[in-house]
Amino acid sequence: MPFNGKSGKFKAAIKEVEIGVGEKAIKLGGENVLPFYTFDGEVANAPKIGVMISDLGLQDEVEGVANYYAGCETIVDLAKKAAEMPGADFVALSLDSADPNGDDNSVEACCETVKAVVNAIDMPVAIIGSGNDEKDNELLVKAAEAAEGKNVLLMSAKEGTYKSVAMSGIQAYHHKVAAESAVDINLAKQLNVLVSQLGIPVEDTVMHIGTAAAGYGYEYVSSTLDRIKAAALAQNDNMLQVPIITPVASETYGTKEALSSEADAPEWGSRDARAINMEVVTAAADLASGSNAVILKHPVSVATIKTMIDELM
Amino acid sequence: MALTGIQIFKLTPKKNCKKCGSPTCMAFAMKVASGAVTIDKCPEMSDEALAQLSEATAPPMKTIKVGAGDAEVTLGGETVLFRHEKTLVSKNVFAVTVTAENADAKLAAIPAVDYDRIGERMFVEMVNVKYTGEGADAYAALVQKAAGIGRAIVLECACPDAAKAALAVCKDAKPVLNGANPENYEEMNKIATEAGVTLGVTADTLDALYDTIAALEKAGNKNLVFDCGTASVKDAFSKAVQLRRAALKDENRTAGYPSIVNLAELAPGKPELQAALASVFTVKYGSIIVMEDMTYAQALALYGLRQNIYTDPQKPMRVAPGIYPLNGADENSVCVTTVDFALTYFVVSGELERAGVPCNLLISDAGGMSVLTAWAAGKLSAGTIAKFIAEEGIEDKIKNRELIIPGKVAILKGELEAKLPDWKITVGTREAVQIVKFMKDYA
Repeated sequence: MPFNGKSGKFKAAIKEVEIGVGEKAIKLGGENVLPFYTFDGEVANAPKIGVMISDLGLQDEVEGVANYYAGCETIVDLAKKAAEMPGADFVALSLDSADPNGDDNSVEACCETVKAVVNAIDMPVAIIGSGNDEKDNELLVKAAEAAEGKNVLLMSAKEGTYKSVAMSGIQAYHHKVAAESAVDINLAKQLNVLVSQLGIPVEDTVMHIGTAAAGYGYEYVSSTLDRIKAAALAQNDNMLQVPIITPVASETYGTKEALSSEADAPEWGSRDARAINMEVVTAAADLASGSNAVILKHPVSVATIKTMIDELM
Repeated sequence: MALTGIQIFKLTPKKNCKKCGSPTCMAFAMKVASGAVTIDKCPEMSDEALAQLSEATAPPMKTIKVGAGDAEVTLGGETVLFRHEKTLVSKNVFAVTVTAENADAKLAAIPAVDYDRIGERMFVEMVNVKYTGEGADAYAALVQKAAGIGRAIVLECACPDAAKAALAVCKDAKPVLNGANPENYEEMNKIATEAGVTLGVTADTLDALYDTIAALEKAGNKNLVFDCGTASVKDAFSKAVQLRRAALKDENRTAGYPSIVNLAELAPGKPELQAALASVFTVKYGSIIVMEDMTYAQALALYGLRQNIYTDPQKPMRVAPGIYPLNGADENSVCVTTVDFALTYFVVSGELERAGVPCNLLISDAGGMSVLTAWAAGKLSAGTIAKFIAEEGIEDKIKNRELIIPGKVAILKGELEAKLPDWKITVGTREAVQIVKFMKDYA
């Protein structure tokens, strides 16, 4: 008697969201099965990989990242090089210089960077704000203007910024917006509801439901992803049928595994290898739990996750 | 089909003798229905009732124990597909594969990764000894050598003669004999059953795998694991997911066995890809994950992930209370305190390390809750901090008398100053991200 497994294909599906313009535009979401469950049905769009660069340039980077960008002098150089990285689907530009507790770079200067980067590459771009609500209320609104016509992804609209970011980003400049919440299915849904109440179609948004590195409270991320996909697909909750994007590098490079020098932890071996492993293990778990895109940094990590996605699809 | 608590209760002796460990037969029946205990815990049950119940109440996925003594590992026994539904019970284990050619170097490297992370020993639990046609005697010698490092063994061997020779030297260590397939399963079954060890089954297709498991069950062997095969990553993932789902969702007990995922065969020579795939199979349904090697870099990430995924959602992870000196702190370094919730500890200690200022992190018992929750529950107060400092003998161990408290419990400052008159109390940051700047300014 052959194996008689029941299909886990759902009647409901995740909405499909397109980012970027032209040939290299990408589609996130669209699936009606759990992540990589190709045996239940076709997965509409393979998960996508973003490459993170910072407008602060290269900082205390691990060897593999520093070597990859060797010779790059400006943010435009970095962006071009990131766009060429094998396996990359989009570039994530992080406007770290805008942080009021850091360099406190002006909104105008940051927008010049945005304009230069989106015009220099033909790949889709995600623009990550400073993380400071007050600054991002202005920064992401102006960045939306600077990137007009490029259909970028603005990260992120949070509880304190969603009105300005979503209104200007989507209504005025027709970009896409990621709604960011803190690793909780109810908060994620609530923010999507609030955004939709502005009259914005769910199809123009993705979710950033929070992130953590493997070993650092990652169980909350994994379970939140599991629960959101279950609610969206099995229970047809249309306020959660939104693709999910998860920044990985911004978390994993801050862990002691990736930061400790070889002198500090001799038995741990190469710092580069530790950084890669933290990044790929976290990204692989994100994708296996339901994230539709991850944002990475190391060229080896990007190539590895790309191979993993190809082999599972 | 699963029975309800009431149906089970009707078959119990209803004497409330407490021999099963439950206060009443009704309570026992409810626990059996939920899968928390097995029916054989009741010594008073009639044979007839037992037979009727044991099949119906058997958990949908078998619990298989392999290895002996300290090396024993428990596989399977899961009752849910996702950890938020209840909890996952048996963490996946990692094996490193060795052959006659590379055994010496690899067996020497395996014990190098062995450390403690939040109260859990992190190490390679199993050695996968692969037969490469060296002959039965040579294989037995290799297995004996591999068993010498004291880890549970998987015999990756489909050759009956070599398997017999290997089991002759290691069957008491309860290895897995991973070598049955649709062609040889009758013979391998005999070998495994005679030696009293778990049998691993593989087949090219899911149908053939399922049929072979069914045939082995029919022959009376339910001490099995299945190997997801080496055809492709996609195929291995499909087998692992579909069998686990059939067992737990559709109560198909023939599908309810632990799995072996051999990444050394599926992604040979690609350590980063093996780590990524090991992560996928940690999240989704791998029981024994076989790697080519386990470097420290891989271990730090994979064991951290596994520890998170296999925490019980109802019981937060906690770190042991005590003094944690950071950045080379000594008895004269400033003291910082927070709660014992593992996530809080990790985030706070990580940021303190980034700040680079030597400090003693004092962790008191706060019931494994976050700062505000612990405060609201009375587990973090001026009283608990003062008591901790007295009981741990902090004032004898540390000469410094400066204490930084979490910004979210700034309210405790006055009371702490009253309770600890020798100490200078400072209110720290509300959020961990502000710690680096705060500590640099403080120093």
